[in-house]
Amino acid sequence: MARTGTGAAFWLIFRRDLLLAFRHWDHVVQPVVFFAMVTTLFPLALSPELGELRQLAGGVLWVAALLAALLGLDFLFRSDHADGTLEQLLLSGQPLALMAIAKAAAHWTACGLPLVLVSPLLAIGLGVPTTALCTVMLSLALGTGILSALGAIGAGLTLGLRRGSMLLSLLVLPLAMPALIFGARAIDMSIHEDTARGPLLLLAAMLVLVVTLAPLAVAAALRISAE
Amino acid sequence: MHGLSVTAAAGDCVHVAGPNGSGKTTLLRVLAGLLTAEQGSVSWQGRPISADREAYGASLSYLGHMDGLKAEFTARENLAFEAGLRRRLAAGEIDQVLARVALTGSRDQPVRSLSAGQRRRLAMARVMLTGAPLWLLDEPFTNLDDAGVQCLSEEIAGHLDAGGAALIASHQSPKIPRHALRRLDLG
Repeated sequence: MARTGTGAAFWLIFRRDLLLAFRHWDHVVQPVVFFAMVTTLFPLALSPELGELRQLAGGVLWVAALLAALLGLDFLFRSDHADGTLEQLLLSGQPLALMAIAKAAAHWTACGLPLVLVSPLLAIGLGVPTTALCTVMLSLALGTGILSALGAIGAGLTLGLRRGSMLLSLLVLPLAMPALIFGARAIDMSIHEDTARGPLLLLAAMLVLVVTLAPLAVAAALRISAE
Repeated sequence: MHGLSVTAAAGDCVHVAGPNGSGKTTLLRVLAGLLTAEQGSVSWQGRPISADREAYGASLSYLGHMDGLKAEFTARENLAFEAGLRRRLAAGEIDQVLARVALTGSRDQPVRSLSAGQRRRLAMARVMLTGAPLWLLDEPFTNLDDAGVQCLSEEIAGHLDAGGAALIASHQSPKIPRHALRRLDLG
């Protein structure tokens, strides 16, 4: 009897979670609508003047994207915990860290990637020049990836708690602050026709760091929560 | 729970008996490695399970209180994902197992539309499909009709005949064809 290899197990969990996400369309659409709503509120509250909005665009896009990506994090392990499938995953004989990274990757594809894809439209609405749109997408792709990995730790730790979603935000957002600073700065530099290479490389380094370490932390958190 | 010792060899079936709240589920969860015992140890093939949790996980199949099925997936999808994580499944293997638990007609229905008894059968189909030598079954006969109980008992007997071992937590006395059960009383 041939055991499933770790690569095959990764794809199986990734596909499973993606399929689950798309069977609940609201989980995929809600963050995108939230992202669009929040970025639309700023011109209404501050000024419709594109020149002024352009100064704030980096920060607005990043804060709105981070909050939108947080929305789906609560579902990462909660439904698996509620219906007993998490127990089955824990006993599947596959490395728990691998499952954690596969689930975080599926979360990013379902919740983070759609935000990245709509971000150019919202950025244009905030007066961002078309030359800076690549930086907007790249910085948000890295940033939402960081949030998915960090969020998996928070989701694992708050799994057994009744009001875990509030605590999840309080745990994850402070950890995402360095990414926010560099991400917003990258967009700002690009808007001012400066090279954004420095902050983008730092964001990429952060992503590598969390993707390397977060699975181990998630595995430990899941073992504790499963008890 | 104190002073408890249980061993299961190939072909053994242990009935963990006791009234509600006596710790049957807790014991099974400890044996599965989902809970850590405050004292004592659990060993598999002479090695503590904490030495290699993944290898131990691959050697056992656990049926808990919850069926461990995704309501959004069909019966087939549930088996393909969960049993597929453990071993490579041959074409048609899922359909064969579904036929054995009399779920062929419901194989493409979402699990949310299945009855509690059908879900239990499907959860049992997952246990059968994993091919693990050790089965830990927590109240496996819950919600099953007479035909379901008989079918499940036959499957457990077949597993024991093939050299597997099973621990069944149940407040009733299960009857497994061709096999005498060793009883472990709690409480």
